[in-house]
Amino acid sequence: MEFFKQTKALAFMGKSKIAMLVSMILIVASYAILATKGLNYGVDFAGGTIIQVKYGSAAPIDEMREKLKSNSLFDGASITEFGSSDEVVIRMKTTTSDVSVDIGDVTREALKGTGEYEIRRVDIVGPKVGSELKEKGITSLILAIVGILIYVAFRFEWRFATASVLALVHDVSIALGAISLASIEVNLDVLAALLTLLGYSLNDTIIVFDRIRESITESKDIDFAKMIDESITKTLSRTTLTSLTTLFVVFTLFVWGGEIIHAFAFTLLVGILIGTYSSIFVASPLLILFGFNAKDYQNKLAEKTKREAEKERMRAQFESGVM
Amino acid sequence: MPLLESMRMKLNYRIVIFALSIVFGIFFSAPSLLQLESGKKITLGLDLQGGLHMLLGVKSEEAVTSRIKSIAASVKNFGEKKDILIDTLAFDENRVVVTLLDKDEAKNIQTFMSEIKGTIVSVNGAEVSISLDEQEIARTKEQAISQAIETIRNRLDQFGLSEPVVARQGEDKILVELAGIKSAEDEQRARELISRAAKLELMAVDEERTARVNSMSTTDAASYGDVILEDVNNPQIKYLVKEIPVLDGSMLTDAYVGFNENNRPLINFTLNAEGAGIFGDFTGRSVGKRLAVVLDGKVYSAPNINERIGGGSGQISGSYSVLEAKDLAIALRSGSLLAPIYVMEKRSVGPSLGADSIEASMIALIGGFVMVVAFMVVYYRVAGVIANIALVANLLLIIAVMSLFGATLTLPGMAGIVLTVGMAVDANVIISERIRELLREGVSMHKAIEEGYSNAMRAILDANITTLIAAVVLYAYGTGAVKGFAITISIGILASMLTAILGTHGIYQILEKKIQKSKNNLFWFGIKA
Repeated sequence: MEFFKQTKALAFMGKSKIAMLVSMILIVASYAILATKGLNYGVDFAGGTIIQVKYGSAAPIDEMREKLKSNSLFDGASITEFGSSDEVVIRMKTTTSDVSVDIGDVTREALKGTGEYEIRRVDIVGPKVGSELKEKGITSLILAIVGILIYVAFRFEWRFATASVLALVHDVSIALGAISLASIEVNLDVLAALLTLLGYSLNDTIIVFDRIRESITESKDIDFAKMIDESITKTLSRTTLTSLTTLFVVFTLFVWGGEIIHAFAFTLLVGILIGTYSSIFVASPLLILFGFNAKDYQNKLAEKTKREAEKERMRAQFESGVM
Repeated sequence: MPLLESMRMKLNYRIVIFALSIVFGIFFSAPSLLQLESGKKITLGLDLQGGLHMLLGVKSEEAVTSRIKSIAASVKNFGEKKDILIDTLAFDENRVVVTLLDKDEAKNIQTFMSEIKGTIVSVNGAEVSISLDEQEIARTKEQAISQAIETIRNRLDQFGLSEPVVARQGEDKILVELAGIKSAEDEQRARELISRAAKLELMAVDEERTARVNSMSTTDAASYGDVILEDVNNPQIKYLVKEIPVLDGSMLTDAYVGFNENNRPLINFTLNAEGAGIFGDFTGRSVGKRLAVVLDGKVYSAPNINERIGGGSGQISGSYSVLEAKDLAIALRSGSLLAPIYVMEKRSVGPSLGADSIEASMIALIGGFVMVVAFMVVYYRVAGVIANIALVANLLLIIAVMSLFGATLTLPGMAGIVLTVGMAVDANVIISERIRELLREGVSMHKAIEEGYSNAMRAILDANITTLIAAVVLYAYGTGAVKGFAITISIGILASMLTAILGTHGIYQILEKKIQKSKNNLFWFGIKA
């Protein structure tokens, strides 16, 4: 089976202006959503308490609300369904720090008489830990991007590195916009998904860049935009296939992975789509925008090879001289 | 020699390494996959098997306060011994202030304090103020934390759970992880055992004034050097006792559960030689008076002293169950906490939720695996089958390596394995596309395979290394369960180098002659060219 049989280059760069416009609109829209609606931070980052309760049948949410009202510990608590109608989550912004008085036990007592239930999960994250986790999370995103920037600059060239990192910023921004729009709760797992997305999207970009690098070194004087078109066309099968196989599994995680993994799978699902798009339509046009000159690069490479050959020759001479 | 030649072709180094890694994979993943009795297995994270994770903070400044308090006590003792008349003696969380009747005595106090390490004494006329220097404060706080870790570990070791984790995290936090807690009651017991200060004090009842205790305020009591304590069972009953205890739990050598004549549980304790001496002297001196047995600020009993008690043993009676008595004895044996602890983060997962999570992620894993495997075969035919062999080997290797290092598999870790299924075939997709491309150009099969691999190699390496960079950052900055994701992704990437690149290359080398002979590119690589 073959998806893309054509050997003729598709005119991706001709469409790059439209793609840039689409990307700009998506990014602006994402930041607008983030600025107005904001992110829905879960307990991991905002601090607070989560109590997950599973009932034998449909959870009597109204009755639960009534019961919890009697205890001031539950002031401002919200009760929502979690995955199915018999499972609910009680969320509170407050935390209890006493080791021996446990909010799980208090809840178990308070809910007596509402039916058959089991408290399956209690998460308490104190405010200090929450802000620490947030700080660490942001640091990890930045560190990962810087690490990637350095590696790509070392393996390719600084303009390649900048283009790929801008594409990453593009991906993360739009993914965050989607997370905000869908009111996905941002916890540690979403952070993990964002970091995976970084690695994944970069994979795609690097495969394309590798092809561009290859065509620069192999072919003489053709125009750079055409080189890019050819490289993208040649890698198009691979880009689509890998995105597909990864999408398969992320989709199964999204559908069957259970409520706990839902936010993680959602972030990846959006991220893979955006990441695939950006490696074709964002990263490569940026190379042209940054004024990358294939001829200069060829000359530089040629000089480097020459220098190395010279060194090799001198070393050989030196060694034979010693002998 | 044609036979030797064909042998050499068959046993290329790549296939040998690949075969060895599969053997390694099967051997070390078997204990985990088949749940064998022996052999190293993957540990399931608390989110998968259920358990309690707590990050505890230590109120170490309270250890400093109690240090100040003990300095106040020793100044008072010193004054009594040396007949130094003290007008007032007060302390707060930072310092002790002593006002003397005769200001010439100040230098005696100064000399006495110079023997106690880390104190700063300043004299202003008859007023002497004593505080701790920064080093001593830091040392006291540090000791409170390390002692808390030690004590909690001792207590949990005796609690009867398998492999409790008690570790220091950061400067001043304690991580406690308890796997395999089955019920809410067990969890509550564990939490109480951890948080219990277990501070045992034997205190003299102030018999002259205790009759007036109900009308007394705490400041009144303090002016006599007394404190008001409540009875453990009935807070209405109050006792007036001397603030400076006769003895405390630091001189305790053993505590165990016993039973009284009514078969009610009680705790027997034994004191060390020094404690036994002090206890004997005190009881000898105080016949007819009462001695309060105080635990964590509550009076458990206050028996009359009928005669001098030698031997240094005593009892704590109270209305508790056998289980409570047992836990209390453990806490007393392990020593008291110098400073109170509090919960900074707590995550508890019931075993049924963990089982649900395992089930859900197994479905996702199998579903994703079947889809990817089927797709690869449909699209690439035999090349797809070869990629799938590498994929299975990859999964085996992930499980084997994790088992070997006793790594913990968490729910995000499961997601990492699922994701690896999607990403591990990427290398084979890249390689197969390269080979197809070369075949379309009409090069020989041998050249197509060799160049396909070498062309693909650079891109695969660069792509994998950047993903590894993200994974390493995630590991370094992630906490708990997220670390598990970084681990499985990293192992998956490294294993894919061995399976998807080296392994499949080896298989092609073996099959090369056959592929060349058949010339059926559709069968082998899924293309017509």
